[in-house]
Amino acid sequence: MSDDGTDSSDGTDPDAGSAAASDADPPENDSHRFDRLPATAGDRVVPGRPTRNEVIEWWDDRYGIPPSTWESHTFWERGNGKLWAFAGDVVSPVDAEGLGLRILRTRQEHWKPSTNAVQRFGPEATRNVVTLDGEEAARFARGDDQDLPRWDGDWGYVIAAHDIAGGVEPIGVGLYLHGELRSTVPKGRREDLRS
Amino acid sequence: MQPPQRYASLVEDPDAFRAACGRPLPSVVRVNTLKTSVKRAREALDAEGVGYEPTDWHPGVLKLDERGPGTSWPYFHGWLHGQEEVSTLPALALDPQPGEVVWDACAAPGSKATQIAALMDDEGVVIGNDNNLGRLSALRHNAERLGVTNLAVTNQDARNFSLKPFGDRTRDERRIEEFDRALVDAPCSCEGTIRKNPDAFEEWSLSHVEGVAGVQKGILRRAVDATRPGGTVVYATCTFAPEENEAVVDHVLGGDCELREWEPPEGFDTDPGITEWQSETYDSSLELAHRVYPHRNDTGGFFCAKLEVTA
Ligand SMILES: C[S@@+](CC[C@H](N)C(=O)[O-])C[C@H]1O[C@@H](n2cnc3c(N)ncnc32)[C@H](O)[C@@H]1O
Repeated sequence: MSDDGTDSSDGTDPDAGSAAASDADPPENDSHRFDRLPATAGDRVVPGRPTRNEVIEWWDDRYGIPPSTWESHTFWERGNGKLWAFAGDVVSPVDAEGLGLRILRTRQEHWKPSTNAVQRFGPEATRNVVTLDGEEAARFARGDDQDLPRWDGDWGYVIAAHDIAGGVEPIGVGLYLHGELRSTVPKGRREDLRS
Repeated sequence: MQPPQRYASLVEDPDAFRAACGRPLPSVVRVNTLKTSVKRAREALDAEGVGYEPTDWHPGVLKLDERGPGTSWPYFHGWLHGQEEVSTLPALALDPQPGEVVWDACAAPGSKATQIAALMDDEGVVIGNDNNLGRLSALRHNAERLGVTNLAVTNQDARNFSLKPFGDRTRDERRIEEFDRALVDAPCSCEGTIRKNPDAFEEWSLSHVEGVAGVQKGILRRAVDATRPGGTVVYATCTFAPEENEAVVDHVLGGDCELREWEPPEGFDTDPGITEWQSETYDSSLELAHRVYPHRNDTGGFFCAKLEVTA
């Protein structure tokens, strides 16, 4: 099961393919190498690399996820723009097959969160959360796109959620455009579930 | 002699042992406390009409009435992980604490590594290693689905595992030079999985047992060496063969580590490790290890020993 790229391989990523053309590539593209993000733009050495502050602000601006959520996490870039959140801290760069949870694809106009990131950190979100009913949630988990004219929030990547066991729980990342909610649940995570 | 007859002399009730080996195993899930509570997970299963029974000895380990946890909402949310009941023991014996640095030497596909992360509240570092790249992708997939963020994944032969990628022998203040705890959930002849893999006994051969025992000794030795004095090493297999269990632990004793007493949760019955097998004798402390036979708790078979590194 590939854990990279599956999120965008289904063609719902509006920036897929355009990232490399519009942003400078990092000097090193070794897929086993993880580099810790610089804290601020002033600390940045590798051109185009997002900073820790930008990442924390992005989750706050877009979803209202409080900056304190990330207090004990470090952020790492692997390859071109794939960001990982790690609960500890290790030497940088570090050569590994994985380091924490892949949370975000950057170095493209619209940053794209991963399904697993919104499932883990999305319960704290207060903005751009689309709460689906039973039928809609089942459709979304199957990976199906659907019309959803009732949404009057932002366009772009939203958190799709539903009510379960006494609370609202994120299902995954939706792409909302022109009255339609597209599911970006990766193939390996799709399920046919009860509505 | 082949299993199960080979072990008839070790168990009190050989008939019950043989009969249990022939029964299919119940489907069991562990609640992933990194993403939910046991209460919410159970509520979600109830709401979907999925029948289950909590085990007597662990509220977060649930036996499902039907096979396969694959298709339910709580599974989709990463609230549940399919994991055999007996396979939840080694992480409990390891008893990892938040903030520690823990090595899982043979980690794929990650049932125990993700349980270890949950026991640490996702704080500190778990290094999950396996020499099989294909199995590592299953480990990463499971860890991501369960929302684990304190796992670093490596692909090395555990027998000569190197901490160099983590800054060993540098002056970097973030370097990792040794572990607080290590789990060796070793590759083995898998006799104890007979209830899941009905071919396990047919594929059995003494030469395989002897071959894999060499690998086990190498990995356990490395785990003891890489763990700090005062740290804990747990050795586990899903097999009955003393050559792969007591003999392996006996091999590393002497000088820098000792067996420690550890009791599984109340309600889970085990037998002590043995000190004699065929013409071999093992250190008397091996009685502190645990043998799990399928008929005792209606589980798979297992072996688990807890060691403390003393020097
Ligand atoms: C019993 S399985 C581990 C199960 C895992 N701990 C879990 O709970 O999901 C044993 C693993 O050891 C790995 N292995 C075999 N020889 C190894 C070696 N020399 N170094 C590292 N891993 C090895 C195998 O690829 C296999 O994944």
